Order: sequence, then C-alpha cells, then structure tokens
Amino acid sequence: MNSKSTGIVTGIVSNLVTVQIDGPVAENELCFITVGDTKLMAEVIKVNGKNAQVQVFESTRGLKNGDAVEFEGKMLEITLGPGLLSSIYDGLQNDLTTMEGVFLKRGEYTDPLNREKLWDFTPLAKAGDKVAAADWLGEVREGWLPHKIMVPFSFKGEYTVKSVASEGQYNVDAVVAVLTDAEGNDVNVTMTQKWPVKVAIKSYKEKPRPDKIMETGVRVIDSFDPIAEGGTGFIPGPFGCGKTVLQHAIAKQGEADVIVMAACGERANEVVEIFTEFPELIDPHTGRHLMERTTIICNTSNMPVAAREASVYTAMTICEYYRAMGLRCLLLADSTSRWAQALREMSNRLEELPGADAFPVDLSSIISSFYARAGMVILNNGKRGAVTFIGTVSPAGGNLKEPVTESTKKAARCFYALEQNRADQKRYPAVNPIDSYSKYLEYPEVQKFLNEKIEEGWVSKIQAAKNIVRRGREANDQINILGDDGVPISYHETFWKSELIDFCFLQQDAFDPIDSLCPIGRQKYMLNLVLDICNKDLKFADYEECRNTFKEIINIVRQMNYSEFKSENFNSYLDKLNKLIDENGK
Amino acid sequence: MANKAYQRVYTQLDAITKATVTLKAKNASNDELAVVDGRLAQVVKTKGDKVTLQVFSGTEGIPTNAEVSFLGEPPTVKVSDQLSGRFFNAYGKPIDGGPEVEGETRQIGGPSVNPFRRRQPSQLIPTGIAGIDLNNTIVSGQKIPFFADPDQPYNQVMADVALRADVDKIILGGMGLTNDDYLFFRHSFESAGVLDKIISFVNTTEEPPVERLLIPDMALTTAEYFAADLNQKVLVLLTDMTLYADALSIVSNRMDQIPSKDSMPGSLYSDLAKIYEKAVQLPSGGSITIIAVTTLNDGDITHAIPDNTGYITEGQLFLRADSDSGKVIIDPFRSLSRLKQLVQGKKTREDHSQVMNAGVRLYADAQNAKTKLENGFDLSDYDHRCLAYAKDYATRLLSIEVNISIDEMLDTAWELFAKYFTKAETGIKQALIDKYWKGN
Repeated sequence: MNSKSTGIVTGIVSNLVTVQIDGPVAENELCFITVGDTKLMAEVIKVNGKNAQVQVFESTRGLKNGDAVEFEGKMLEITLGPGLLSSIYDGLQNDLTTMEGVFLKRGEYTDPLNREKLWDFTPLAKAGDKVAAADWLGEVREGWLPHKIMVPFSFKGEYTVKSVASEGQYNVDAVVAVLTDAEGNDVNVTMTQKWPVKVAIKSYKEKPRPDKIMETGVRVIDSFDPIAEGGTGFIPGPFGCGKTVLQHAIAKQGEADVIVMAACGERANEVVEIFTEFPELIDPHTGRHLMERTTIICNTSNMPVAAREASVYTAMTICEYYRAMGLRCLLLADSTSRWAQALREMSNRLEELPGADAFPVDLSSIISSFYARAGMVILNNGKRGAVTFIGTVSPAGGNLKEPVTESTKKAARCFYALEQNRADQKRYPAVNPIDSYSKYLEYPEVQKFLNEKIEEGWVSKIQAAKNIVRRGREANDQINILGDDGVPISYHETFWKSELIDFCFLQQDAFDPIDSLCPIGRQKYMLNLVLDICNKDLKFADYEECRNTFKEIINIVRQMNYSEFKSENFNSYLDKLNKLIDENGK
Repeated sequence: MANKAYQRVYTQLDAITKATVTLKAKNASNDELAVVDGRLAQVVKTKGDKVTLQVFSGTEGIPTNAEVSFLGEPPTVKVSDQLSGRFFNAYGKPIDGGPEVEGETRQIGGPSVNPFRRRQPSQLIPTGIAGIDLNNTIVSGQKIPFFADPDQPYNQVMADVALRADVDKIILGGMGLTNDDYLFFRHSFESAGVLDKIISFVNTTEEPPVERLLIPDMALTTAEYFAADLNQKVLVLLTDMTLYADALSIVSNRMDQIPSKDSMPGSLYSDLAKIYEKAVQLPSGGSITIIAVTTLNDGDITHAIPDNTGYITEGQLFLRADSDSGKVIIDPFRSLSRLKQLVQGKKTREDHSQVMNAGVRLYADAQNAKTKLENGFDLSDYDHRCLAYAKDYATRLLSIEVNISIDEMLDTAWELFAKYFTKAETGIKQALIDKYWKGN
C-alpha cells in the first residue's frame, strides 16, 4: 500500500459507490470522494478488475458519476494516546464535542485528541533498554489512571532505546523517546500512535483462559452467571425488557479501570442520558467521577450506517490499547444487531447472495472474530490486562431463533436472556435465571477463584439455588392446572421458596441507591440467608398460611436489600425475620 | 421546482418498471430530482452512463420516448411563517386552494443533530388523557407511536392530543390517509380555531403510495425550521407509518433488492430511525416531539414494522377496546413511555409515580381475579373489590374520553383507592398516604 491510487465514481446506489481505479487498491483501504467543496470518507469493501466498490461513511447526496476519488494507502485508523478517556466520539473517532453547530456537517472531521494539553510525563525505560512493540517507555496520569506511553504496536522486531525524555510536561506530539532499530536507524516516538481498527492488537505474550470474575454488583449476573474478567457475554431481549438499564448498571458498577460504551445504532437520547448523568456519578470502586474512566463511541441510529460498523471496531481498538497498559477494560456495545443490520444493508447493495433473513453468509464468522478480540492477556512484562466484552442483541420480534442471536450464542461465553414475561411482571432485571448461562462456572480456574474469593463450594450453592427456582416453576405450573386446593401444600412451599429467591435475590432495583449495587460479599450473605430459609422445614396449616408467611418473609428480606448492609436498620429486619421463621419452624 | 438554466433534457428511456425508469444521462447527482413525462422523480441509482429514477406517482402510461429533465437539486421545501395554517401535498404544493408559499428553500432529509448538542428532554406535554399523562407521561423531544388496530380511533385520539398539547406548532404528516380522515383532521383543526399553529402535509389513499416517502421528511424539515431557527416547541404527528413502510417495500422490491423479514427492505430500521430520531430537545429551548401511528395487523407486534419501531421509539401507546367499561382505553400494561421518569414527580406532584404504580398494580390484580372468575374458581372479597375498581378505573381514568388535569387525575385515583381498598392494600409509601388519602 505504498503508492496512492486515484479513481472516478462510476456508479452510486445509496452509500455504495463504484469507483474506476487507475492503480492498486487494498481491501478496506480508505479513500476520499470529492463532492463540491467537501470530501467524503469511504472504505473499499470489494474490488473487481478496475472497479472498486466503496462504502461511504456519509450521505452521498449530490454525488455524481465522474467525481474524483483519492485513495489513502491505509486502512481506517484511529489515533491512540492520552485524552481518549471522557471523550465522546463518533464511529470514526471524530470528537463530537468540538464540532461546531447543532447539526452534524457532512465531511467535517475533527481531531480526536487535544494537541495543546500538557501531560506530566515520567520515564519508565532508560537508554540502552531493548524494547519491542507495546513495551512501556513512560507514563502520564490520565485522570487517576497511569497511562503508559508504549512502543507503537506497528513496530516490528527489537529496538534499542536511545533516549527517553526526562520527567516533565509535554503535549501528545512531543517526542518522548528515540529508538534505534536493528539496522541502526533512529525512530522518534511521541505519545500518540495510529492503528487500523479492523486489525486486532496482538502485542502481548499470551492469552490464557480467564481465571477470575468481573464484579458488576448485579446479583443475577455475579452470583448466578458471572462473567469473567476478559470474558465475553451478550444480552438479547425484545424492546422494553430493560436491556439498556442493565447495560448502564454494568457500566456504572463494573469492576474495570476503563469503560468504553459503543452506542451503535441506538437512540440518541440514551447517549444524552450517559453524558448527562455520568459526569455526576461516582465510581463505587475508586470514588472518582465515572466519566473520567469512560469513553463513549456514538453512532446513533440516524447517523450514517457504514460508520456504525466502524464504531464497534473503534471501541474495541481503544479497549485493546488500554489493555496493553495492564488495565482492565470493559466494552459495552448496544446493540450488535444494528451493526449486523449495517452489514446486511451493504451486502444487499453489493448484490451478494444472502444467507438467513438476508444477512450476509459470513455474519457468523464476522461476529465470532470480533468477540475473539476480547480476552485476558499476559503482557510482555508479565503484567495482566483484560478486555471484557458485553454486547446486546435486539432480536427481531423478540424471537431468539434469528441469525444474529444464534451467531452470537456461538461466540459469547455468557448468555443473559431477557424475558418479556418477566419484564411484563416488572421483575427486573428481567434476566431469565434458568435459560441464562455462564460457561465460566465450568472453568476449574474460575471455580478455584470463587472458592477462595467467596467461599468453598460456592458453585454448588449456586446450582442448588437454580434448582429451587426450576422446581418452583414446575410446581407453579401444577398449581395453575390443578388449582390451589388440588395440589399438596408441599407444592405451594416449593413454589414460594422459588419466589423468595426471585424476589429477594434475583430482582434488584436499578434505581435504588443502595439496592442497585450489591458487592459480592453482600451477595454471599444474602444468598446464604435465603438458601437457609429454603432449606428449613417449615410447617403450614394450609396454602393460605404458606402464601402469607412467605409474602411476609419476602417483604422483610426486600427491606434488608434496601438498607445499608449490616446497619442498625438492616439488623432490625434480620431480627424480625428470624423471629418469624422461628414461629413457623419446627 | 422552477426551471433552472442548466436543466438537462433527455427523451430516450431504456427501461421502465412500475416505480422506476432507467435512461442514459450525464451528470445526474445522487438524490437529484427530475421530471419524467411531467411527473416528479428522484435519482436512486447510477451505473456507468445509466441513471435510475424513482417516479413518485408511478409509471403508468409513461412511454419510452418520454421527456426527462433533471432539476439539479434534491427535494426541497420552502420554509417561512407563511406555512402556518396551510395544507400541502407530498411535494409541498398547496391543496387548500391558497397561494404558493414564499420562503427559504431547504433540502429535506438533512443532516442529524450532533448527539452531543442534544439536551435531556425534561418538559412535560400534558394531553388531558389520563392513560397518557398519568401512566405514560409524554415529554417534549420524545418520539412515541400509537400501536393500534385499523378499526381503532387512533386519528381522533391523535387530533385530541395535538389540540390540547401546549406547543407552538403542530405539523401533521398524513400518509395514506383516507379522504374522510383528511377531512376529519381539517375539520377538527378548523373548528378548534387554532389553524394558525397547524401545518399539514398530506398524501391520501387517492394518491400514489410512493409519494408518501416524501411526507415525513417534508414535515420534519419544516419542524426543524421552527424548532432550530425559531426555538419553538413543535409537535409532529405522523399517521400512518405502516403505510409509509409499505411504500418503502414497494420501491425496494421494484429495485430488485433482497427482502428481509416480512418482505420489508433490509434497511427498514435505518429508514425509520432517520425519521424518528429527528425528535430532539435542542439547547436553545426548541424541541421536536413526534407522535406517530403504527397500525397493527390483529395486534401482532412481532411484525417487522412495529418491531423495528419499538426498538427506535421511546415507548409505545396501545389502544384497546375495554369490554368492562365499553370504552376505548390506553392499555396500561402494554403501553410504556420510556421518558416518563424524567418528569414524573419532578414536573408533576410528588405522589405521581407511586399513584401510577399502585393504580396499575391493582388493575393487574383485577385481571387476575377475572381469570379466576372465567376459570370457575371462587372469588375472595378482595377479588370482588378489584373487579369493581377496574371498571371505575377504566371509565374514569384509562378511557381516551377523559380530559382533566394531572392533579385531577391523581385526586381521582386517590378517591378510587379509598373507595375500594384499605391503605395497606395500595402499598403506597406511608408519608404519601398520610398526606393524600381521601377518607378514613
């Protein structure tokens, strides 16, 4: 990709443009199409003889056959460096906050980083050190995070450090290190580097299996189906089931150093909610403002479709960059279905033979190679870094048997099925406890971690709780068919024990300041409390008494959920609960 | 659409389908308008020296030697204060017998608002209908559709909402309106005496379906003029979006595109989102609120049109005929306004959200009691009280005929609670009970 080719437009269908080329072009190479006095960015997606087909990242209104095209000799790249956090970018990493005017202007591209801002630089390497791509040369403070200045990922082979800037204040373009390559050439390194978004950053030593869980403070996730640090998960659900609320809860409370939220083809007002509320909210783990650790990549549903595809790659690349600094990153993409639909629109215009529901046939492989970029890694210096990825899926008609859900199921290790029925009953989060799963619970490494971090035999306790819920559902079916009087009391007891777990453990109020965040220690306490009640042999005269007693128990335990853990209030509810149980126990 | 100096004219068509014509032409730009045999058309595809035009009113009777002239610009609308009180067709031509409008020419379907420049919606739009104001409060800058079966009076409800809403401008985008419904809207606007704040763009069933595709962009570009340039609160009514989507599928079909679910084009989500996302609260105080109608086929919300709509809009309002009260009600279970918590208890009385939840929960208990009754189980005293409450609640609050202030809605709810239930049965916070309970 050395020489730059040019071309002219010969065909237009919506944002798919055919260009007759005069020289070599590469797949995914960028080009600019001149329309009047603006230049529109586009990406090569197919080449056939002298014709390249490009997807334009903007509206193609007014474009004509014969318009000039210049190829860039590079793929879509983003700029990496200090200042990415707390930014709001579009899918192509344009800084939305520095754009003029209320309306987006076509062909306006803004600088993602502040070039003037000075950063306090501390050297980490010294002259004579042997270094390779992603090795740490220095460090600046970005908010409270140590932001490493690394040997650019594109550097191949070994380099010798010739000099590193001394401690002091520099802007991102200042040369902070000079490296000498194997042939003896000197190369300057600044605080920024560029990287093509569709290529995974692989400058690390190894990618072992995840071995611990990432706390989210959401009980049904952390306890029932935990996601690993460096793991992958997805949340499918029909509209109105609380996908976005659950994602925001994870974004607010997730145990991660860096959060990247990709609003991919979703409502603009949801992004407004994030950047209105996050600057006010406090990160429960560090006490700092949430926005300081958050980057928003925003390609809302009315923004150009091709950039929607780019947005998830941009977000992933930013996560991989911070992972190389030894940080724990969490990527939330809402929603991957919109990304798949963008692929479908292009595939359709390319007149490719369609797969199921008109999606491209390689949808499944595109999704799985994207999920594969997440993961926990051991860096060259032995430190750990992780990218945890949770995507939402918006299945058409709420039917999980559709291509995006099915493809994602093959790629992601955790599945959080949001259920219309639970949402209708206002049982939030509407995660179905039976259908959902976490493959990480089967990992011996993760089991060992849970045994040590929470308590010995934790996983079997979770299985026991799931069983009670399952049995309760069966009992409920019987009660509904045969009537309250038609079944033995034990059926009612089984049902109400499952309701106890549902109401007091699985359900959680995302809008309550205390209940919304439940640390793992408290989860352990509450699950044990609830399971103890379930294991008790309680005596009831009739099903009415059974129902009333459990309703009372549920009410008390819920009050405990709303109270500060082990506070006076909390303990007084506990006393009340024990008294009630003693009265009914034998 | 005046003739321009650089107008290019061609007279040889290569291909004609029911909605498109293809010809050899030079310098045609994407989205540009053209006139084919006197009918308006738009460039939708270029390939080599061939240009495909979508003819809005259909191609019946167009000969291969028809005259085609290119107009050099995409569809536009003239915006100015003169629009107020007027009725236009899909091309922006007056259909009320009045004169042409003068004003600034603007391209329709323009760029989107920078998400960072948006503000969080926070102003209440009261409608007088308790099923909306009490249970599913609408906020300025919101986009929300009615999901209704074709036999339900959605256009009447929408006209009521429009006329009662406290906004500066109401813009009606009518797609596939029957002539009767068009006259109904016209009559209700005229007789309400508020014609000067209403602007209508209407495509009736008597006109070709593809023309409908222009209506939402016409209405919303006009809305943007009033909201962004003049800082006004604008309410846009779009009825019926299902017919709009049908027109989309006709065009994509004629262009040999591969259909996805329910024969809809693969781009349906983006096409609808481009329209609905024009709803916005601007920093200057202007806003665009969109209330739309999506008609359902026998209540099926899994069809591609309502399904994609549900993912885009901020909630939905369901109309349902209630057999107990004999009224059409706003279904409290399936309706949802995603933005209601931005105003409830903040712009309305403190007890709003608790009263709403209690009211709906007790109504749900009544539904359970009804099921028990139908299945032949014995009803408890509580069940009987629930059933009596449900009838009163549907008549006095859920019915679309209700027209009272939000404080009156809350007071009515408290009155019903006291009439049928004990304080504890409502499950409302004690502090609010102490303050608002009606009776002992």
